[in-house]
Amino acid sequence: MADIILNHVTFTYPNGYTAVENINIEIKSGENVAIVGQNGAGKTTTVKMMNNLEKPTMGDVYVGDKNTKDFTTAQISRIVGYVFQNPDDQIFHSTVEQEVRFGPKSMKLPKEKEDALVEKALEMTGMVKYREENPLNLPLSMRKFITIAAIIAMDTEVLIFDEPTAGQDIYGNEMLAKILKDLHEEGKTVITISHDMEFVANNFERVIVMATKHVVKEGTPRDIFWDFESLEIAKLKQPYVSRICHSLGIEGNVITMEEAVEALSKKYGLKS
Amino acid sequence: MDVIMECKNVNYQYPLTDTKQIENLNLTIERGKVYGVVGENGSGKTTLCAVLRGFAPSFYKGELTGEVLYDGKPLAEYGDEIATKIGFVFQNPFTQISGVKDTVFEEIAYGLENFGVPVEEIEQRVINVMKMTNVESLALKNPFLISGGQMQRVALASVIVLEPDVMIIDEPTSQLDPDGTESVFEIIKAMKEKKKTIILVEHKIDLIAEYADEVIVMKDAKVIACGPTKEILAKTELMQQGVNVPQAAILGQKLKEKGLDIEYIPVTEQDAVKVFENAGKAGK
Ligand SMILES: Nc1ncnc2c1ncn2[C@@H]1O[C@H](COP(=O)(O)OP(=O)(O)O)[C@@H](O)[C@H]1O
Ligand SMILES: Nc1ncnc2c1ncn2[C@@H]1O[C@H](COP(=O)(O)OP(=O)(O)O)[C@@H](O)[C@H]1O
Ligand SMILES: [Mg+2]
Ligand SMILES: [Mg+2]
Repeated sequence: MADIILNHVTFTYPNGYTAVENINIEIKSGENVAIVGQNGAGKTTTVKMMNNLEKPTMGDVYVGDKNTKDFTTAQISRIVGYVFQNPDDQIFHSTVEQEVRFGPKSMKLPKEKEDALVEKALEMTGMVKYREENPLNLPLSMRKFITIAAIIAMDTEVLIFDEPTAGQDIYGNEMLAKILKDLHEEGKTVITISHDMEFVANNFERVIVMATKHVVKEGTPRDIFWDFESLEIAKLKQPYVSRICHSLGIEGNVITMEEAVEALSKKYGLKS
Repeated sequence: MDVIMECKNVNYQYPLTDTKQIENLNLTIERGKVYGVVGENGSGKTTLCAVLRGFAPSFYKGELTGEVLYDGKPLAEYGDEIATKIGFVFQNPFTQISGVKDTVFEEIAYGLENFGVPVEEIEQRVINVMKMTNVESLALKNPFLISGGQMQRVALASVIVLEPDVMIIDEPTSQLDPDGTESVFEIIKAMKEKKKTIILVEHKIDLIAEYADEVIVMKDAKVIACGPTKEILAKTELMQQGVNVPQAAILGQKLKEKGLDIEYIPVTEQDAVKVFENAGKAGK
């Protein structure tokens, strides 16, 4: 079981810029975690170290019992799959299916196993009907799902999604929520970066808040979204329903629509 | 009514496709208003923008019927001059970056150079806009070596600097954090105060509710609803058409169904607080 541990990790880019400074993160196997924070806070740099696309400049990153320093990116990427922020950094094939098949094929599995992984990934992401399309002819929001499918097909223990909610419509967000839930139920560890506060409030057990190179807070969405000091430091917002409840004098715990309806029904003496 | 643009019975189809991407479009755009364009992906929002700017058909080719008017005159009659009147911020910021300039500063200045603006004026305008869009620190960076979110702001800056009367802005905040997103909406508000007309495609519906005067809702190549923001976004049944509605409206609708006697379905946080409070007092 691969827990992920970042132990006093600092990362400096070749140009001398330090993007992440002395951070400690522990993610248990099977957890469903969100990472939030401003543009430039260091979120992408942090998760790239988790799948060994980058190695820490100082400190250690462990995936299970493996110190990433002692392994290649290819070795760690069998355990930790990473979906790039920009899908075009990741798409190289001329059909959706080839793109999704590339990973499992390189793992040299029996053909039936390979097929099963590809079909499952296409199905989970709603890509079955686009399997013969050229990814470059599909809109960005769909290209994102192709890259998600490509990582799901690798069947890694840990999956990292970098801003999958960017540019998604209602259906896209619903599909993402379902994918996260299904992966979580399969026992996968899922780590998602998102700027969508409603999405974070509704879909995760734990949230890691980053601000200017550091982790500034960790906790349940409920802990995070009512901690005004941390929200201010990380320049984040409460979900809208929390803001409305806050303005109406209901303090402390509302983060979802259902909870807001319940709290306000109680306040105004409505039938429940 | 001070009309700046109009679409009359417009139909448009890209080359080599078998259905129309814009069907029977009739639209009146008033000067100085902010229009939010919403709807599911693939519904035709970007195509609508391209039609309003004239890229469809001038760049994309394909077939356009009906009339697209700017100040009462068909777009085609303006030729290249239309670029000075209608600014366009592309959905994908990569598309915006010219590729011929080495720094963000020069990139933002590029359009003004093309329009033959004097050098001292260019510098002053670029500096002002860089401040406004918060990209000053990127001035000397290569426009292709900055992050997606930063590129989105540079793309916006390179259009604002031209001061066109109409600005068409396609999903400018998709890669931005909540704070950066809000600052883009504040920029849009400032443009409106300068009597600019803004057509903004955006998924972040709670912000559209707050900043847009009018909303245009698209589905399957058609405008299925269009009108004042407070009216249109209060229709929570739009969610069945793949259209997001504000959290305030959903909450209002749910409380109304449970018997809270609210004056109207709110679409913004502020209105929600007001109508719930009033209903609460009346109920006591
Ligand atoms: N290849 C790189 N070289 C130098 N600096 C970089 C590079 N990639 C990212 N950075 C910088 O590191 C910081 C953190 O970037 P990133 O981890 O992408 O942040 P986030 O994902 O939170 O937006 C930013 O200031 C960014 O400009
Ligand atoms: N250049 C193009 N050539 C052919 N079809 C296109 C082109 N651009 C968009 N389309 C198609 O037009 C429809 C509307 O797309 P678009 O306007 O991009 O929607 P939205 O912006 O609402 O996501 C989609 O079916 C899309 O596949
Ligand atoms: Mg990032
Ligand atoms: Mg679009």
